[in-house]
Amino acid sequence: MKQTIRTLLAKHGNLPVSIEDVADGADLYDTGLSSFASVQVMLALEEEFDIEFPEHLLNRKSFSSVEAIEAALTEILEDQAA
Amino acid sequence: MTAAAKITALGLAERAKRAAKAATEFADRVDVEGRFPAEGMEALKSERLMGIMIRPEFGGEGASLTEVADVCAILGQACAATAMTYAMHQIQIASLADYAVGSAWHEAFQRRICAEQLLIASATSEAGIGGNLRNSLCAIEVDGDTARLTKDATVISYGANADAIMVTSRRHPDAAHSDQVATIFLKDQYTLEQTSKWDTLGMRGTCSDGYIFKAEAPAEQILPRPFAEIAAQSMLAVSHLLWGSLWYGIAADAVARAQSFVKAAARKSPGQVPPGALRLAEASSLLQLVKANVVAGLKQFEGCKGDSDALNAMSFSVAMNNIKIGTSQTILEIINHCMLICGIAGYKNGTPFSLGRHLRDAHSAQLMISNDRILGNTSTMLLVNKQDTSLLG
Repeated sequence: MKQTIRTLLAKHGNLPVSIEDVADGADLYDTGLSSFASVQVMLALEEEFDIEFPEHLLNRKSFSSVEAIEAALTEILEDQAA
Repeated sequence: MTAAAKITALGLAERAKRAAKAATEFADRVDVEGRFPAEGMEALKSERLMGIMIRPEFGGEGASLTEVADVCAILGQACAATAMTYAMHQIQIASLADYAVGSAWHEAFQRRICAEQLLIASATSEAGIGGNLRNSLCAIEVDGDTARLTKDATVISYGANADAIMVTSRRHPDAAHSDQVATIFLKDQYTLEQTSKWDTLGMRGTCSDGYIFKAEAPAEQILPRPFAEIAAQSMLAVSHLLWGSLWYGIAADAVARAQSFVKAAARKSPGQVPPGALRLAEASSLLQLVKANVVAGLKQFEGCKGDSDALNAMSFSVAMNNIKIGTSQTILEIINHCMLICGIAGYKNGTPFSLGRHLRDAHSAQLMISNDRILGNTSTMLLVNKQDTSLLG
């Protein structure tokens, strides 16, 4: 899943650095992720995983790192399975 | 009881009204001369209103944002330049009070703000970046305990009259443009070389000149929290709410002038409804919309205060953006209505019904943080955000 997140970040994140140089726990906003780009990544993830981000995950924290995105996706996918 | 204690024993609104009375007398001169609203700001200091939002243990009164918004609305009815200067100062205070907790320097500085009634400006706009708050080109350089910063600041409102300036910059020379910190610099720690003059249509007294800002100060003056967090959770919401409050004040005074015009006409021709009466009813309805918008926003902000998840939520940002868009557009409509009611007496300067200053000041509202930028930002969020359709939620 991390790899998919990284691929979509590389494609839609418009980061000033290569995503390969960003650690899983690194703050993506500090790295240069704009709020516009974070929404684009979010839309790409919704498309890729056929999900919809619920209201309580629509905040900066859910998108603050690769790990945070993974945690959010895991939560959504688990809720869907249940 | 000391003189200061006697003043702070009175209610905030009462003190704000006294300061507004002093400011209103000079509002036209401040506007015509494009000068700092010194009398209004002096009155605010005399009324000990500069540090009210700071916590009591640091010498403040622990006032809520709602109480500060009320002060802004009162001032907005008197002198928009005084109100805007005060509102911008309070935006810095809100950041300091909530995002420097535990930092000894910043806590001592808050004590000084209260004791000496200091005025704090901010330098966020930068040449090459424009008004995008969340980007910096300049970088702070920390060398041991010393921090140095040079910024080509295109706008520093009341910069020449401030006692300290909060300046945004990149965290270090290798940091990304959005990896920012905010630093407080005291007047004796910086130089300002003026690069542009604030000669504008309205809000002339805010003296938002451009400067090359150069400073050196102890590194402990850098705010401990990342600026991204301060901007997202405090600065944007506080700006929209305090600006919205004083914009309401400008419009409310315009409606008051229009109402006295209609009343005078009614007295002259008893038994007849004056021609402007219907339009006044329309203006009154629009003014109520603006008021409701701001008050609902304040309620939502107070409800989220201290809850970083709630403050970071996309729905919260959408709501705050909508307050800014709605108030800034509607006040123009209101004041234009008032102008139609008062006719030439409203168009002319120096009458009891003059509205030129109100209209010019109000035109700044759509531009300070451009409405187009805000609408663009909201439209992005609406691609994923789910609309809250409840009436009370």
